[in-house]
Amino acid sequence: MILFLEKRANYSPLFSALSPVLALAFTLVFGTIMFSMLGVDPAKALYTYFVFPLTDAYLIEQIILKATPLILIAIGLSVCFRSGNWNIGAEGQYLIGGMFGAIIPVYFNDFQSPLLLPMMMIMGMIGGALFAAIPAFLKARFGTNEILTSLMLVYIAQQFVDWLVRGPWRDPQGMGFPGTKSFNESAILPELIPNGDAHFGTVFAVLVAIGVWFMLSKTLKGFEVTVLGECPRAGRFAGFSTKQMTIFAFLLSGALAGLAGIAEVSGSVEKLDDKLSLGYGFTAIIVAFLGRLNPLGILVAGLILALSYIGGEEAKIALQVSNRATNVFQGLLLFFVLACDTLIHYRIRLVTSSKAGGTG
Amino acid sequence: MDAQIVVSILISVCVASTPLLLAATGELVVERSGVLNLGVEGMMIIGAVAGFSVAQITGNPYIGALVAIGAGAVFSLLFAFLTLSLVTNQVATGLALTILGLGLSGMIGEGFVGQPGIKMTPIDIPILSDLPLVGKLLFGQDAIFYTSLILVGLVSWFLFRTRAGLMLRSVGDNAKSAHALGIPVIRIRYMAVMFGGACSGLAGAHLSLVYVPQWVEGMTAGRGWIALALVVFASWRPARLLVGAYLFGAVTIAQFHAQALGISIPAQFLTSLPYLATIIVLVIIARNRRMTMINTPASLGQPFVPDR
Amino acid sequence: MVDSDDNNKELLSVSGITKIFGTLKANDNVDLIVNNGEIHALLGENGAGKSTLVKMLFGSLQPTSGTIVWRGNKVKIANPSAARILGIGMVFQHFSLFDALTVSENIALSLGDNIEMGELADKTRSVSQEYGLPLDPDALVGDLSVGERQRIEIVRCLLQDPALIILDEPTSVLTPQEANKLFETLERLADEGRSILYISHRLEEVQRLCSRATILRHGKVVDACDPREETAASLASKMVGAEIDIVHRETGSGTGDILLKLNALTMPPATPFSMPLRGISLDLRAGEVVGIAGVAGNGQSELFEAISGEAIQADSDAITINGIPSGRLDISERRNLGAAFVPEERLGHGAVPNFALSENLLLARHSSDRADFLGLGRMGVIRRSKVKVLSRQIIEDMDVRKSGEDPAAAALSGGNLQKFIVGRELDRNPSVLIVNQPTWGVDAGAAARIRQALIDLAANGSAVMVISQDLDEIFEVSDRISVISDGGLSEPEPAKNMTREKIGMLMGVSHQNDADTPNTQEATA
Repeated sequence: MILFLEKRANYSPLFSALSPVLALAFTLVFGTIMFSMLGVDPAKALYTYFVFPLTDAYLIEQIILKATPLILIAIGLSVCFRSGNWNIGAEGQYLIGGMFGAIIPVYFNDFQSPLLLPMMMIMGMIGGALFAAIPAFLKARFGTNEILTSLMLVYIAQQFVDWLVRGPWRDPQGMGFPGTKSFNESAILPELIPNGDAHFGTVFAVLVAIGVWFMLSKTLKGFEVTVLGECPRAGRFAGFSTKQMTIFAFLLSGALAGLAGIAEVSGSVEKLDDKLSLGYGFTAIIVAFLGRLNPLGILVAGLILALSYIGGEEAKIALQVSNRATNVFQGLLLFFVLACDTLIHYRIRLVTSSKAGGTG
Repeated sequence: MDAQIVVSILISVCVASTPLLLAATGELVVERSGVLNLGVEGMMIIGAVAGFSVAQITGNPYIGALVAIGAGAVFSLLFAFLTLSLVTNQVATGLALTILGLGLSGMIGEGFVGQPGIKMTPIDIPILSDLPLVGKLLFGQDAIFYTSLILVGLVSWFLFRTRAGLMLRSVGDNAKSAHALGIPVIRIRYMAVMFGGACSGLAGAHLSLVYVPQWVEGMTAGRGWIALALVVFASWRPARLLVGAYLFGAVTIAQFHAQALGISIPAQFLTSLPYLATIIVLVIIARNRRMTMINTPASLGQPFVPDR
Repeated sequence: MVDSDDNNKELLSVSGITKIFGTLKANDNVDLIVNNGEIHALLGENGAGKSTLVKMLFGSLQPTSGTIVWRGNKVKIANPSAARILGIGMVFQHFSLFDALTVSENIALSLGDNIEMGELADKTRSVSQEYGLPLDPDALVGDLSVGERQRIEIVRCLLQDPALIILDEPTSVLTPQEANKLFETLERLADEGRSILYISHRLEEVQRLCSRATILRHGKVVDACDPREETAASLASKMVGAEIDIVHRETGSGTGDILLKLNALTMPPATPFSMPLRGISLDLRAGEVVGIAGVAGNGQSELFEAISGEAIQADSDAITINGIPSGRLDISERRNLGAAFVPEERLGHGAVPNFALSENLLLARHSSDRADFLGLGRMGVIRRSKVKVLSRQIIEDMDVRKSGEDPAAAALSGGNLQKFIVGRELDRNPSVLIVNQPTWGVDAGAAARIRQALIDLAANGSAVMVISQDLDEIFEVSDRISVISDGGLSEPEPAKNMTREKIGMLMGVSHQNDADTPNTQEATA
């Protein structure tokens, strides 16, 4: 048997909508097999992972909290990926955004003002954007591979922030623990619901999703993004500049990752410490693809990935399943999403080798 | 400085360079066939955990290394199937392979965290390894070190002196033409990807059986990505990989000795050095566009669907 | 059906071959017989199924049904090496060569497994000398000219000592002189007793070279005849199946205003294998069509991109559009001055393959028609309905045949997509139109329509530049003709003073020197 692909004349809108659902279904099937092999009742495990968290108000709030940075980062990445710019350094931009936003509360710990929060958010976005500008500039100016440079910068950002919170920014009263002084009240993002964990960053995420969706699907800028990603040569013929697009996409994506970072620092941790880097920048890649690089799809995809995180924590407590299984789930999901996307542009045929002939 | 110290530093440079050299050699063959596999980091860490766990269970690091080679190759098949049979985007699929590899290795290795590892003992070549100074450096190292050097030579010979190597290069240059001539494009690419997976697997085993030797989650720490950068640095020529890998090995070792020499730079900055060096090297290479363009396999990363 | 098997021995006999791609019948019950020592023409226009048929003979494709008989035995040609073992060799239209490999490495790839590389270089030299096809075995293919590349293909084929040689449109990339040399080689090969299957849509070549012809139309054999007993017109009508409109042209006066001026236009090569532009000067006047002839790879696409503004010049006076120095303007700004462009590659340059036609309309006109297509000022919200209305208009005007309301560009045939792309520019009524290879790979009906539209545009007072490798086309549309060679442009001459031989001569020389002397064009124009 040989598998071969037949190009569809027009892409299939049916599979375009169906492919993320199919991918989720495949992942669940695979999860069933995996849990059986680990000796855990698969029905129970999948219930704990994907249903139980939705039955509990506290856990739902945790999901929203977790989804917020994932969504913000993934929306930026969707603009990058659509335009053919492979920014995989969002984790670094997220960290530097968090760190930049923390400058004012760290150096002026007593400064209180209603303007403080907007200033911090803007600083966070500037920090993320500046950090993303490095690979963008190197690509536009020298043609340096942005995949490698943006990734290398993640390690550098991690080391840099680590140095800050253990060195110059460490709270002298912090009992030797790494981390800055806790922020004062006016530097903390308000909660979504009183005394809850989820913060105002979620509102940013929803607003950004709507805004970027509008930009991508309704405006000439969005058209430019898609043209340059799909076919750079035709883009040049249309009068669009690949280099300017690289800068634009990275700056936007960096700014959103930076916003996610400072929202997390200000709304959730309430200070800058050494535990900000949790891999959201990489998980957001999965979110972006699962959401089919569409900001509204990403809203849903971000919640699904967040659910898998929270479900993983629950499964660890209830079933003693390693929460590393969560990462495996997420990785598999990305694989299945990519594989199912093939169905959008191709029909898959299975042919017995005697009929196939050919040499491929 | 004492000559003995110099030799021991040089040996540590060899140890730091070997995994980079191995992974980069494998990826070089993959890219020469026109496929860009960004999953090196993921395949390496799978090799590291497979090698470590099998060595712990069997008590034999060599069996561990062999299993790591197999595990890397099998894991790379996942990438090959998606990109070659289902023509998915190679960049995205490579990222997926890395993400899955990091997750899977964390799960497999969870039970091994903190266990003291079994180090692969150096092979002392009798008499020669007793030579003063150079003896231990050249003739007293572990089997994977020698393998890495032999492999570079073999790959160079294969690519430029054999017919099969010529076919592989032709596929990387122009898959359509190769297909028209009846060269089995997809089959060659499958084999190249699996070879790359095997090399990355062995590179990972070197980390967990020689370099550290322990299982630490995420222990590859970006080495797979540095290996990818090295292939660009070497402009797809195996011999230049040797230079690049040892340069980076030296930078890595320099950070330890800088601290020992009492240079008062924060540790975090020294740890950043290899990553910073990678960026700088990439910029320097990219500035010479003519050389990059001539040497880059022309069909690198391009999807190919044979018509029937 | 075919009446000639008593004197000549049949080498190859194909009967009832059908090949289906999805819903498309590329070959429908095709019969073909090739005898020993004959040069047999396979005629048909673009898309008739010629390439599909020969790919099956060479084992690159497998027939859906039908039989192939070789030297009296029924055979299955599973892959190209099986074809080579039988004694079938092929010279591809789009060469199957590898730029990054040397000539002898390229040759080695198509030969058997046990070839010694050292031996191969000697054999290459001797065969290439014997047939007058000089080659350096150690040269990198990427550095060679198109003619030299074809020599590699032929030598590679000859080294296999084939009984049947298939050539797919071999002269489309050659100068007339090179083509003559090729014909001599082919006649010599036929005298040696080899058979040649010669694929072409150029009738005079076929009449000169071939004693028998099989004509394909829409995948079916419509006739098998002796082309020497036919007229060009009768062959053409068999190929096309309908009368093709003859292109009408009044000779342009050549005294209109200068709408496009190239002034010592010079560009460095953009990539290691691309061509620099060397001091190109030209005045393009209202009411005329200037044809730029030349062999592929002599700077045509570089010239196109320099004029379009995809590549921007250092000197703003290098290009003047409608009297305004434009060298430093980008493509959108040049369009806004009244210029329009149709590139060579339809899919991937002129159009995004996966985009709908209306989106591909927006692609080229978002700047010139900003007021119409975009709303809300700087936000640039696309008014899709307006774009779609105009898109429908163009489809109607140019008679674009399509399936579906607004299909993807890739779903159209070459001819229909090209009509849309040309129509997209004509609809703006541009004062300057630059077209690169306007009818490459386009069926005869669409080609005639496109050429007529270009002539009509000039007749209405625009200036048109047609860059083409097809000399028939050049002569059909041009008022003045210039030849591009090695990145330089010859002085344009009135079309009536030009002959194929003269153009062939100009294709072989470098023009950078005569183009350096400024403004000689003024005098001739």
